Amino acid sequence: MPVLQRIKKPTTRRGKRILLSKEPQVIEHTKKTFFVKGKKQGELGSTILKDIHKLKRPDAVILSQKNDILPFDDATFFERHGQKRDANLFWFASHNKKRPNNLVIGRLYNYQLLDMMELGVEKYTSLEEFKIEKIDMGVKPCLVFNGEIWGESPEYERLKNLLVDLFHREPAKAIRLQGIEHVMSFTAKDGMIYLRSYKILLKKSGQRTPRVELEEIGPSADMKLRRSKLASDGLFKTACKQPKALLIKKKKNITKDGLGTTHGRIHIPKQEVEKLQTRKMKGLKKTNAERKEERAALKKRRADAAVSDDASSSKRLRSAS
Amino acid sequence: MDIVNEVLQKAAREAEKFKPITVDKHLEVQLDVGNLLAFDTNEVDLRKLRSDSNEYLKELTRDNTQLLLNKVWELPTAYVEDTIVAEMPKPTYVLPRSLPVPKAKELTKWEKFAKEKGIVKTKKSKLTWDEALKKWVPRYGYRKAAAEKEKDWVIEVPGNADPMEDQFDKKRKVKRENVAKNELQRMRNIAAAHKVKVPRVGMLPAAKVTSKDISRAVTIAKASTASGGKFQAQLPKEKTAKDVKDVMPVAPYKKRKPLISKAQERKSNIEIVDRILYKKPKLDMEAAVNKELYRQDAERAEEKKTQKPKAGKGGKKRGGKRGKGGKGARVKGKNGGAGRKRR
Repeated sequence: MPVLQRIKKPTTRRGKRILLSKEPQVIEHTKKTFFVKGKKQGELGSTILKDIHKLKRPDAVILSQKNDILPFDDATFFERHGQKRDANLFWFASHNKKRPNNLVIGRLYNYQLLDMMELGVEKYTSLEEFKIEKIDMGVKPCLVFNGEIWGESPEYERLKNLLVDLFHREPAKAIRLQGIEHVMSFTAKDGMIYLRSYKILLKKSGQRTPRVELEEIGPSADMKLRRSKLASDGLFKTACKQPKALLIKKKKNITKDGLGTTHGRIHIPKQEVEKLQTRKMKGLKKTNAERKEERAALKKRRADAAVSDDASSSKRLRSAS
Repeated sequence: MDIVNEVLQKAAREAEKFKPITVDKHLEVQLDVGNLLAFDTNEVDLRKLRSDSNEYLKELTRDNTQLLLNKVWELPTAYVEDTIVAEMPKPTYVLPRSLPVPKAKELTKWEKFAKEKGIVKTKKSKLTWDEALKKWVPRYGYRKAAAEKEKDWVIEVPGNADPMEDQFDKKRKVKRENVAKNELQRMRNIAAAHKVKVPRVGMLPAAKVTSKDISRAVTIAKASTASGGKFQAQLPKEKTAKDVKDVMPVAPYKKRKPLISKAQERKSNIEIVDRILYKKPKLDMEAAVNKELYRQDAERAEEKKTQKPKAGKGGKKRGGKRGKGGKGARVKGKNGGAGRKRR
């Protein structure tokens, strides 16, 4: 029998607010990312973390300490720090002889590990090396996935989902058209994953929609997928479950036609014509005699009902005795 | 005709200046405009990728971005602070949440009861007028205790109370009890919400103790040893209380019967069979008499009921519509004589 620990009420308003904000919400705030350095991560590893951090700011934090951890043996470090920092996405860079230039990306669900993928970086060009004017901070990027394998292999499907989660930022209700200025592309072919990042230049096309031209701003990386630790389908499904409040209910009996006119269908109960009050006129009034007759009829009906009622009740009594 | 041709040519020349915004793809690119995503499942050209990867990737991405932005530019737009803003549709690509979907809060015992009975919480004012202090005093919380202290600087000893008893101490104790009870109930509600069993508390002290309570307390106390009451002495006719299961610390020890010989077992079995086969109903004289008396009474009452309507023809109904005063002498008068003579 699990024994319940004494649960103390928060004593201050501030404490209460903090506890409430940590509880599950219907609309969640943006997932935060934390970057972790391994025991040794090499120059390349630290540049990658710095570059991605720059892209992910302000919803990201780099942990400055080096950590002697092996994520695929023990992921509790990420779970612990995720809970502490209220962050759900993590990047981990390490470098050793067996797995040089290693990058681990992953995410948490309910402060437990959900997915984790290991990528080996073979070629990398940092943000700094592209001597070009960069994009603004916090811009929502377009994400482009090229390659048939993204839709075929379940592992790549999950990696795609993870990459979208890592880079998409928060869902926006509205977007400034001139503010769409960043695109990241992930191309998968022959076991390699090519990450490229471009600035979008909108050119005149003679029409309303502009012509898109791209300019590479970095970082760019050629990577190989190494190990992966994926959530079971059941867990992933529960993690993807959306609250009922967010589902859009279909509005009944409302339609829209091609011209944009809204049509509504209304249901009206049957009209009671007999009870309708028409115009009152002297000629339509009941005469005294008619009224008397009516009253007599009513009386008779009532008396009959009473007699029948009385008879039935007495019968019941007799049968009981 | 010349003018038409000229215009057409001019338009063609204009169009040549711009690059196209249309993109041809073998398979359609899946787009999620709400998330600004494009999934292109067309095969990647390996030869081009190997020869000039950067240029090829840029071209590929450009095409897909163009397709995505074509869709974005079709969205309804609005002006917000001098900038054109496109209203995004709901994202269709599902991403996992960071925490589980929030559950509805479990109702407390009181909330459940109030809901059943339809009790609605009424809003009360924060301040109440205190007659003794002649000022507004908070109902609870900050400055309530101070006001209470100011008011109760002296407490009258009730007539039937012990004069040496400290009334202030008594009041404090009652308050403390209330707070403790409230806390216990809060914990119980939390335990119920988490579906956790609460440790049993045994018998709680009560103001009034019945003999049944004492018997329960004895049973519990005897079972509250390390051996579950195995070595506790029994009184000759002692009975164990029955409704104690939910407050017992452990299941009470049951004495096993010693092993008996074959002949003894046979004898006891025959006894049981005899008891069942030759069972005679017990005759409780008092109960039987009472039952008979009741039956007779009921019969008589029934007879009265059934006979009554026969006495007068619809007698009850006749009095129905008349005023209350119509009963009694007046009814008789109307039926029979001419009433009281007045001279």
